[in-house]
Amino acid sequence: MSTELVEPRTWRWGKWVIPFAVLPFLALLAYGFRTDPRAIPSPLIGRPAPPFALAAFDGGRVSLEAMRGKIVVLNFWASWCYPACYEEAPVLERNWQAYRDKGVMVVGIDIQDREEAALKFIRQFGLSFPNAPDPEGKVSVDYGVYGVPETFFIDRNGKIRKKHVGAVTEELFRSEVERMLKDAT
Amino acid sequence: MTPEIGYAMTAVSLGLALYGSGAAALGARAVRPGLIQSAQRAALAIFVLITLSMGLLVYAFLTFDFSVKYVANNTNLGTPFYYRITALWGALEGSIVLWSWMLALYTLIVIVRYRTRRPEFYPWTLSVMLGILAFFLLVMTLPAPPFQRLSPVPPDGRGLNPLLEDTGMITHPVALYLGFTGFTVPFAFAMAALITGRTGDEWITITRRWTIVAWYFLSLGLLIGGWWSYHVLGWGGYWSWDPVENAAFMPWLTGTAFLHSVMIQERRRMLKLWNLTLIILTFGLTLFGTFLTRSGILSSVHSFTQGAIGAFFLAFIALVLLTAFGLVAIRGDRLRAQGELDSMVSRESAFLLNNLFLVAAAFTVFFGTVFPLLSEAVRGVKVSVGAPFFNLVNIPLFLSLLFLMGIGPLIAWRRASLENLKRNFLWPIGVGIAAAAILRLLGVASGLTLLAMGLAVFVTVIMALDFYRATRARLRTGERLLPAMGGLLHRQNRRYGGFVVHLGILVIALGVAGSQAWSVQTEATLNAGETLEFSGYRVRFDRLSASEESNHFKVTGTFTVSNGQARPAVMQPAKKFYPQEQTPIAYVDYLMGLREDFYLVLGDFARDGSQATIKVQVNRMVTWIWIGGLVLTLGAALAILPDPKKA
Repeated sequence: MSTELVEPRTWRWGKWVIPFAVLPFLALLAYGFRTDPRAIPSPLIGRPAPPFALAAFDGGRVSLEAMRGKIVVLNFWASWCYPACYEEAPVLERNWQAYRDKGVMVVGIDIQDREEAALKFIRQFGLSFPNAPDPEGKVSVDYGVYGVPETFFIDRNGKIRKKHVGAVTEELFRSEVERMLKDAT
Repeated sequence: MTPEIGYAMTAVSLGLALYGSGAAALGARAVRPGLIQSAQRAALAIFVLITLSMGLLVYAFLTFDFSVKYVANNTNLGTPFYYRITALWGALEGSIVLWSWMLALYTLIVIVRYRTRRPEFYPWTLSVMLGILAFFLLVMTLPAPPFQRLSPVPPDGRGLNPLLEDTGMITHPVALYLGFTGFTVPFAFAMAALITGRTGDEWITITRRWTIVAWYFLSLGLLIGGWWSYHVLGWGGYWSWDPVENAAFMPWLTGTAFLHSVMIQERRRMLKLWNLTLIILTFGLTLFGTFLTRSGILSSVHSFTQGAIGAFFLAFIALVLLTAFGLVAIRGDRLRAQGELDSMVSRESAFLLNNLFLVAAAFTVFFGTVFPLLSEAVRGVKVSVGAPFFNLVNIPLFLSLLFLMGIGPLIAWRRASLENLKRNFLWPIGVGIAAAAILRLLGVASGLTLLAMGLAVFVTVIMALDFYRATRARLRTGERLLPAMGGLLHRQNRRYGGFVVHLGILVIALGVAGSQAWSVQTEATLNAGETLEFSGYRVRFDRLSASEESNHFKVTGTFTVSNGQARPAVMQPAKKFYPQEQTPIAYVDYLMGLREDFYLVLGDFARDGSQATIKVQVNRMVTWIWIGGLVLTLGAALAILPDPKKA
């Protein structure tokens, strides 16, 4: 029997302490995926939507006041915002066509943009809902817009029900709007 | 077609890396040189393929191929030529390409150097390196493909993050990644040592210079990062304990500890387990740094990109740490120390303390960085710890390290005699205290500053004294002064290279201490023609002008600055408005000086040019930090020269 075999018991098991010490650390990092460090809930949810009145690209006027009683999907976008704004533009247009007769308004507000680029964007996607630039950036400040695209869902009483950051998807648009339509009836 | 070719090359490289890693391991186990040679050829092919696909990506940037999503996201038609090339590593996907390329390059160098020389370690090292390379190629293939198509093809791209349009950002990531990837080599050799059971100090001797190279690039990356922060971000600082900075700083701390502790193993056969742990931690932290910056689990002022790759990195970190520490556990019985600590007053214990402080600092930084996560997991509240926490804990540690920097290289091994201590430290302690006393009389009130400066003088005198004595000894043999000094540097390059690096760190420490203690700043709103007097400077606001640049709109303020002595200087800080950015980007103008920088930032202004708000800073001794970086470069270069005794 060689002396090597009389290894102290503590060491035989103790040496596995280091690999196992790694586990809680890994668990903590994995936990990190479940949280979003940027998810700071908007204090505007449930509050009245800040009023605005802007000159639209087509020469008309867009004001929140005038849309009272309708459901408003307020979308902040910019022509330089690849790819999210390009992904959601067809979705917004399609759903605007689908819901416009049910008392739903889609409004686009173009921020931090150049006019010709913005007009080109509107033409490219054939956007027919009202779109307006926010030249002083006042509206985006009122709504606490952090980046583009951001979309606010405003109910018939003019209250903000949901804020969505990133491209609006078909499912999201439908579920939010349907929910607000149901609530009203 | 280009993107598809690039994608195919990546996928093929991934296959080759997996094959090569397996072949090298199998070749080592079964002692079949043919398999190892085949793995070598695979590594060569991977390098060629990654080089080509990197070339394709650069070509896509140069030709504005916006059908490639990565190109569209990181350039636009206005992006200047140079930045179209460096946009390659402007975001996640391209950074991984650059990273893989460097790793492939290091793998080739390892093949060329050790193919015939280290048959016992080499195949396993090759296998581990190719395995790690395979992971990065996997990231390039699945979660972060650089060649992803964009449809419909946009007419113009989004443009590079304007903060990255700077020379600092051309070089910073390159240096940082060379450092990060560089630690792969010592790690791979350490793994080879564990697998083969040759846990003596051979792997440490082989990788000594590799470690210095990696450490040096990491230091350089950190310094350039500080320089970028200082002259681009416009807040007048160079370090803010941001998660991204911490991510690069942690492996630096453990890497520095490793660099020192291996010397004890070489000399005294102690700390085997510790050294392996340190290199595993260092390599793990380089991965963790990337994970932190790219996974989006923590919020940071400059986590530039995020993606779905977090899960991939986490899985890989888990694999690396569990395998590596598992191997350590299996080999545990071979890792017990053969030497013993003889006395608390010895070089061994100075080095042990150095390690203790460095690792404590790394742990502090780690703890502070993941604290928001920890607090959310435990208490459900998001809380960040800021600079005060990091400073409070780290400043005492760093000052202690400065002190040890003086003690470590001169104190005797095993047991220092009173004679040894007196001979080496009596004078320096006296001079250090005298220097602090003089500074006190000159009006320096802060105890912390006095301590830092006194310590810097103490350490400098120790090193100067040692070099003086060694030179004098050679002069006695009849050598002349310059050849004697040159010969000393050459023959003992490792020792004196280390000294020069220490000197660089001291100069940096002085810069940090001075700038923290003596910088002043103010803000003022000036009408056109009006003058502000501040800290000996007179700043006159002359005018505002606007200009349309290739990819942004720029408002420039013109100021005349004089400090009574030199001719007045014209300074032109600006604000740059990029269409794709929400907020304007500051362009800082500053006069650099050895004693102080005059740092001018343009704030708000009246559109008609009648009024401008400026932030003025007089930042003292910041330049010393950059000078320290140059000294450090010289020292590292000296330290990695081939060992003349062996050659």
